[in-house]
Amino acid sequence: MFTKKQLLTKGLFSVAPHMFSVIPFGIVCGAIGIELGFNPILVYAMSIIIFGGASQIVFLQLLSGGASALIAVTSVGVINSRHLLYGAVLSEYLEKLSFIKKLLISYIVVDQGFAESNKFFQKNKNEPHLHYHLIGTGGTLWICWQLATLSGIILGSFVPEQLGLKFAVPLTFIAIVVQDLKKIDHVIVMITCGLSSLLFFDAPFKSYIIISPIIALFVAALVLRLKK
Amino acid sequence: MTWLTIIIAGIITYFTRMTMVALVDRDLLGERVKAVLAYVPSAVFPAIIFPGIFINDYGTFIEINDPKIFGAIVAILVGYFSRNVIATILSGLSSYWVIIFLL
Repeated sequence: MFTKKQLLTKGLFSVAPHMFSVIPFGIVCGAIGIELGFNPILVYAMSIIIFGGASQIVFLQLLSGGASALIAVTSVGVINSRHLLYGAVLSEYLEKLSFIKKLLISYIVVDQGFAESNKFFQKNKNEPHLHYHLIGTGGTLWICWQLATLSGIILGSFVPEQLGLKFAVPLTFIAIVVQDLKKIDHVIVMITCGLSSLLFFDAPFKSYIIISPIIALFVAALVLRLKK
Repeated sequence: MTWLTIIIAGIITYFTRMTMVALVDRDLLGERVKAVLAYVPSAVFPAIIFPGIFINDYGTFIEINDPKIFGAIVAILVGYFSRNVIATILSGLSSYWVIIFLL
């Protein structure tokens, strides 16, 4: 049994290695906003109000490219709709929380935090206070994201584009799923998702990011049925 | 105007995070759905990984000899055997940089 403090610390540290990707990406994200000519306060406010890396970049790129507010908002919604899946997975571990606590903790559910907390939850299903782990992972991500985007805004055009820092993003997710390559069912699901994302990349509103997981989950259901 | 748009985008994003956690009763999901949900990481993250490697900033496919493919292969191998997140990220980035800056 872990204490609340132990769970919080475990969460804070378990996601820390991903900061080697999150911080460069946050810097790029802030720098792009400034490069596109947006007000620095506005660019930074997005990190608090939206708090979702890829969607923040797409939002600013769309607006600066002359897209309507409706298109920009829709795209953000579609890109971030993957959180619905994270929530569905996490709800099992958070169901005992009060409604208010559920409302508060939802704000810090992000990709890497979900991934690391979910791995921990699967191994420690019966722990009480599991949500402290999620507060830990979300906390590290939130603080680093704020500092990184802020640095990007300050550095602006000093961030060398040739470094290709955005490449750190696929790498952090490779680190998350790479051990599942040992399981053939997971490999099938991953390849389905990956190929679908390339196939539907040009679908409107960046919807490949939710279309391909849905296709992959259907394949997962099929695989589960065949396994029986 | 842009401020209002950001706030609306933020509220929508918050709803994507909150809906399943706070509004949907877990008991509504059957055992089969729960079993499928165990695949969520494998079903979602490749949609970020694949385009991040194979599609460039202009939305077109990269060439087969693109350094990002090499970087990704190195990262997968290092990640698989080291089980270390930092090693995975840094090996991928540095092998990518070696190719673009030194070769």
